[in-house]
Amino acid sequence: MFQVHVRTRINGDDTEFSCEADETLLDALRDRVGLTGAKEGCGTGDCGACSVLVDGRLVCACLMLGAEAEGRDIETVEGMATGAKLHPLQQKFLDHAALQCGVCTPGFLVAAKSLLERNDNPTEEEVRYWLAGNLCRCTGYDKIVRAVLDTAADMRKASKPKPAKATAKKASAKRRVSA
Amino acid sequence: MEYFAPASAKEAVKLLASTKGKAHIMAGGTDLLVRMKGGYTEPDAVIDIKRIAPMRKITRAGKGWRIGAAVSAAEMAEDAALKKAWPGVVEAANLIGSTQIQGRATIAGNLCNASPAADSVPAMAAAGAKAVVIGPKATRKVAVEKLLKGPGKNALKKGELVESIEIPEKKKRMGDAYLRFIPRTEMDIAVVGVGICLTLDAKGKCTAARVVLGAVAPTVIVSAKAAKALVGTMVDDAALDALAKACSAEAKPIDDKRGTKEFRKHIAGVLARRAAIIARDRAKENK
Repeated sequence: MFQVHVRTRINGDDTEFSCEADETLLDALRDRVGLTGAKEGCGTGDCGACSVLVDGRLVCACLMLGAEAEGRDIETVEGMATGAKLHPLQQKFLDHAALQCGVCTPGFLVAAKSLLERNDNPTEEEVRYWLAGNLCRCTGYDKIVRAVLDTAADMRKASKPKPAKATAKKASAKRRVSA
Repeated sequence: MEYFAPASAKEAVKLLASTKGKAHIMAGGTDLLVRMKGGYTEPDAVIDIKRIAPMRKITRAGKGWRIGAAVSAAEMAEDAALKKAWPGVVEAANLIGSTQIQGRATIAGNLCNASPAADSVPAMAAAGAKAVVIGPKATRKVAVEKLLKGPGKNALKKGELVESIEIPEKKKRMGDAYLRFIPRTEMDIAVVGVGICLTLDAKGKCTAARVVLGAVAPTVIVSAKAAKALVGTMVDDAALDALAKACSAEAKPIDDKRGTKEFRKHIAGVLARRAAIIARDRAKENK
């Protein structure tokens, strides 16, 4: 089997790994780089547990080769929190008890983050359609959808320009989104 | 297996011709990787076309459109002008799979994969789209429906690949639509799909139509009989009844767990009627 040497950026860090030519990005992330946040649920792109962002685009890491990551910008669930400070979505998932077994959660978080980056005021229907490729067999989805809508509401409040400290607040809200 | 990511179409053609054993072109990879994982194919080489810059672009080809073979469904949906011109094609591409799949899957891949239930194919065929096929000898343009032979079988010759999909100019008073039936609201394979593109004159009379049925035969059916039911009419109830009847008659589906023959034939008519109404209304708005 042919080995491929890949230079990429994962959660803002320059990273190199070697993988087999037919190895998926998911396997490379988990087994070569040691980032086990993305999970293998189905391995065929049906469940979304391996959701990651590639150059800002939401994809299933199981449906992409590790070799394709060359020169790309990869974001995984591990990049969401800033040190000990959780991403607002992570905090809301805890507040709403939007997880039980937790296997689908990293995928939901990455997918929801990608939605809120594009649309900070999604309707419930838009959230449900965006997340249709993320399967959860525990929660029944309602708590997840509520957590995402609640996060969006908070983020809109935080970024609402106020006469006095408008710019400072906007900047901090932005930083949180991209963290 | 070897992985190649050529930077030009020429290089891709060369690689495809020179690889010993089985070489697969990878566009979005959403079908190929599943087939590899399931052991249905064991390629000796995968040639990734996503590093070929022109294949990543949506450009104007005269007054029409040229969609590179590596352009994802999501990228098509983000192109406001394309979406405005050919909403049926863009919507069909964005019915495929989930957000994650739409970020990678391509209409060229959907075509070459040759699934009878491929959502984007009836919409493309209704629009009169052509595949630009490149190979070691020559470049040829083929109507998309002519590139299909049967389930999982396309008509590409050895060494050939699709470089782009060309969609013609959307003329005034032309409207298109694609509808499919699935047992749920999202994330499923078409049980029946219908793509329709029709042209009206200034008074609202239909002057041309293309009606294409998906998932009811080994390949899509471009139905001249169904088109005939619309041409010369005001696309009124009587014409829609005739259209539905023609589509039900033309459908040659199989019985399987996803739907019976009878059901699929009936639904082909129902969807055709609904898609024709959307296409008609879009044509009226497209002044």
